[in-house]
Amino acid sequence: MFEEIIQPGATWSHVLKRATALRITDIEGGANVSATFYNWENPCERYNLPDTLKAQHIAHLTRGHVLYSDMGRVLCSVIEDTVGWHDPLSGCSNAALVAEKYGEARYQEHRNDCHKNAYDNFVIELAKFGLSARDMAPTVNFFSKVVVDARGNMRFASGHSKAGMYLELRAEMNVLAILSTCQHPLDPNPHYEPKPVQLSIRKVAAPSPDDPCRMSRPENERGFVLTERYFM
Amino acid sequence: MTKNLFDPVAVRYDAIIPAGEPWIHEIIKGQSLRIIDVAGNQAADTLFFNADDYEDRYSAQDTIRAQGNIYLTTGTKLISSNGNVLLTIVADTCGRHDTLGGACSMESNMVRYAIEKRHMHACRQSFLKAALAWGHGLAKRDIAANINFFMNVPVTPEGSLTFEDGVSGAGKYVQLRAEMDVLALISNCPQLNNPCNAYNPTPIRVVIWDPPN
Repeated sequence: MFEEIIQPGATWSHVLKRATALRITDIEGGANVSATFYNWENPCERYNLPDTLKAQHIAHLTRGHVLYSDMGRVLCSVIEDTVGWHDPLSGCSNAALVAEKYGEARYQEHRNDCHKNAYDNFVIELAKFGLSARDMAPTVNFFSKVVVDARGNMRFASGHSKAGMYLELRAEMNVLAILSTCQHPLDPNPHYEPKPVQLSIRKVAAPSPDDPCRMSRPENERGFVLTERYFM
Repeated sequence: MTKNLFDPVAVRYDAIIPAGEPWIHEIIKGQSLRIIDVAGNQAADTLFFNADDYEDRYSAQDTIRAQGNIYLTTGTKLISSNGNVLLTIVADTCGRHDTLGGACSMESNMVRYAIEKRHMHACRQSFLKAALAWGHGLAKRDIAANINFFMNVPVTPEGSLTFEDGVSGAGKYVQLRAEMDVLALISNCPQLNNPCNAYNPTPIRVVIWDPPN
């Protein structure tokens, strides 16, 4: 249907219609895309991190997994993934973190290369849809991997995503998706070097009865049933 | 694992929260809050808000990222969405608390257990009931990812998440010091479908006291 590039450190939002798919491709390698999702028809239904993790007994996201709303429904499914691991745990960068890590770079001197942070990006984008910081949901970090060891320590895996790797999300509802290409908050790179990603949106078939995301576990089967009932 | 005794003279509040009940209360900067797992293996689903600005609320993701560890225990600073320290955990005889497993809801119970479970009582019903009764505009959009005091939800290096028994017990407690004026909202979990509480939800006790002069 259309393609677009999200420039480094930038924000993108769109209401993904049900049965469309959004493919996100890491153009150069080392990208990070912070993302969050809302039911556009009723935005107080939104991406729920704990429900997504505990329904599927996961602490990472990849092909076959789905993103749950807080209402027991599937907002979107991961239908393709060549990266293998996306981080749902670490949240997004904010103004204090970016200032401390990378210093200040104002628009006056740096034009569109000025330093931006994901939290402020999200809140500004939410405002365009009549929402506010009160509506901030947890965020996923696509293309990034954070491993938790036996003692609970979180470790960022550098160099995880390579140029050309992609994932594809299928919208199962009409989903307001907000994306930001700011760096992962745990990325040890001391330089402000966010990366661009390519977006590609296409129409796709509704999930079949034997859809891999639906059949990956009984919880997801019920999640799809509840999502279908919403549209009846 | 650390212990801390309190002076009974300074106690300002002491109550039992039965299973399935919410509790909402302000805690003033400097005051201590102790939550006691009276009978053991109970889950105290807990949210905190900046008392002056409810938009500035406990953030699970910011809290675990700030300390680089997913488990909450003594020394953990509970970070708000605006980067403020709401409270600090100053004592903990349990050793580990969860903030990734979230609160049960009617809707998540339908996904996790069976669609026929819709009618069963759940934490997010309690959260909403207490938030609406408290007023001041608190609503569903303010119910973010919470803390589960006394719950053990390990994550493996392979990226799976499990619910396990065994870190809490009768009389174990966690104690927090308020670093600013906060509003606490607790749902004492009514879950009957999960072995984490041996299918037997039990009371918790909350005690608030003033700082030493």
